[in-house]
Amino acid sequence: MGEVKGHRIKRELFSKMNFGYTRKKMNTKSIILFILLLTVTIIQLYPLIWLLLVSFKDNAEIFGGNVLGLPRVWRISNYMSALTSGNVGKYLVNSVIVTGSTIIISSILIATSSYAITRMKWKFSKLTLIIFLLGMMVPIHSTLLPLFLILRQLHILNTYMALIIPYVAFALPMGIFVMTSFLEGIPKELEEAACVDGCNIYQIFYKIVLPLLKPSLATVAIFTYLSSWNELMFANTFLNDPKFATLPVGIMSMAGQHATDWGPILAGLVIATLPSILLYIPLSNQVQKSLMTGAVKG
Amino acid sequence: MNKILNNKKAIFIFVFPAMLLFTIAVILPIIISTYYSLLDWNGIGKSTFIGIKNYTTLFVNNTDGFIKSVQNSFILAILSVVIQLPLALVLALILARGIKGEGFFRTVYFIPVIISTVVIGQLFMKIYNPDYGMLNIILKNIGLSKYENAWLADTKTALFATFVPIVWQYIGYHMLLMYAAIKSVSEDIYEAAKIDGASAFTMATKITIPLIKPILQVCTVFAVVGSFKSFDLIYILTNGGPLHASEVPSTIMYSTIFNKYMYGYGSAMSTFIIVECLVFTLIIYRLFKEKKIKEA
Repeated sequence: MGEVKGHRIKRELFSKMNFGYTRKKMNTKSIILFILLLTVTIIQLYPLIWLLLVSFKDNAEIFGGNVLGLPRVWRISNYMSALTSGNVGKYLVNSVIVTGSTIIISSILIATSSYAITRMKWKFSKLTLIIFLLGMMVPIHSTLLPLFLILRQLHILNTYMALIIPYVAFALPMGIFVMTSFLEGIPKELEEAACVDGCNIYQIFYKIVLPLLKPSLATVAIFTYLSSWNELMFANTFLNDPKFATLPVGIMSMAGQHATDWGPILAGLVIATLPSILLYIPLSNQVQKSLMTGAVKG
Repeated sequence: MNKILNNKKAIFIFVFPAMLLFTIAVILPIIISTYYSLLDWNGIGKSTFIGIKNYTTLFVNNTDGFIKSVQNSFILAILSVVIQLPLALVLALILARGIKGEGFFRTVYFIPVIISTVVIGQLFMKIYNPDYGMLNIILKNIGLSKYENAWLADTKTALFATFVPIVWQYIGYHMLLMYAAIKSVSEDIYEAAKIDGASAFTMATKITIPLIKPILQVCTVFAVVGSFKSFDLIYILTNGGPLHASEVPSTIMYSTIFNKYMYGYGSAMSTFIIVECLVFTLIIYRLFKEKKIKEA
């Protein structure tokens, strides 16, 4: 006990004594670090900034006139034509429909199964959890062919369901992982109090537990969004009809047609990226917090 | 309370839909895929059971480049562990120890992760373009014009050209995981070390890194397994070309199934990928366990 006190006194004296000195030293070091971090920032961000600038240029500038600099004329027409004749508007709508449905359906399934696994008492709860968690290790390409054949048998290839079903299924493991850890951190008192008041299980879940799950639901929604919005392999294989194509597929086909007009294609790329960035920046703290809690618990 | 929590009907309603979907869309396909790998089948006609013949074709005297593709994925795995993880670690260490703009940098470094691979692929195609691409133009402007190249079309450079965006994209992801782990280390240890005169470097190497071993293990597994499964960017940038110079197992598998209609053979490849990922997860787990025991 005496040692701890001694240590604490030492610490206070130390910080008071060296306050001025360490402050100065910190400054030069931190400036160098700062410059380093800024350089990395540029490396991380420049491709995107370049993409944004290039999307406003025309072919002449892109192909040699003005590759690295600011556009001479800000051609919003690139965006207009991308959205209309380039069909990017349609791709955007399809992506929103697919990803939106995936998030809604998977959130419901994840919430209910996580609650049953953590709170309810049944023989196979642990086993079920392990089965779902093992799913996190499965590389999705290994299910590509059988899923393709199953979906073809069910005649739902080339529809939205062809993507929503696999996306939801693959969102379950990570979502259940996150939500079960979250639920274990919530005290059971509230549910027990509701039980005393005479609620049945459905009411307990819906009225008490669900509101408490909001942060975790947000986390799960973010993970699900990330895995479905940008998904390429399934989207490319299960949807051949351009009517239903999502952004990744649609833009790939736009670019693959040896189009001569690159401006609108690049504008399409920006449009595909914008929602992710616009959603990410305000939610960035939440996203980072969720990844961090998920990782540290894991 | 227990009576309510035992309610079998409720449990069923809560769990069954998810379990059903998961079984149909994940478990069943994997089992089917393993079964297909034992067949010779073109997807339309009849299938013949040929046992492990697909696997022997894959690994014994292989002529279609599968072994080379596995080697390529190993190279990517090594590059990821040796470049991606240390960079992420350094960034995480700098940011987590406190610096101005910590939140800003943390957010910015993560942005490449949320961008679609299609976008990144198209971007890097533009960067690598031999005529107007950013890379060649920068080389020209700083006088290294002789190094200009058709990066994605040259069999010698195509593989590594595809690896650059893959490694680049996920640095921020690993950095964030490590950052979280570093943040959870108690400040008191550092203060005690400071009193004893430890420098920032010593603190990082002797205190921080040993304490975040679990997350380093997780990151290593992600990086290695992710490299084995890698598909999107390579498919977009080169689709395994030119002349199969940049093939990885998943691109060969994709073309085997959907271009050559060799369903059985392709399934053998995908089963191999699953097993490979499992095996290496266990290997990495073992490696880290030994280190932990050595330290204790």
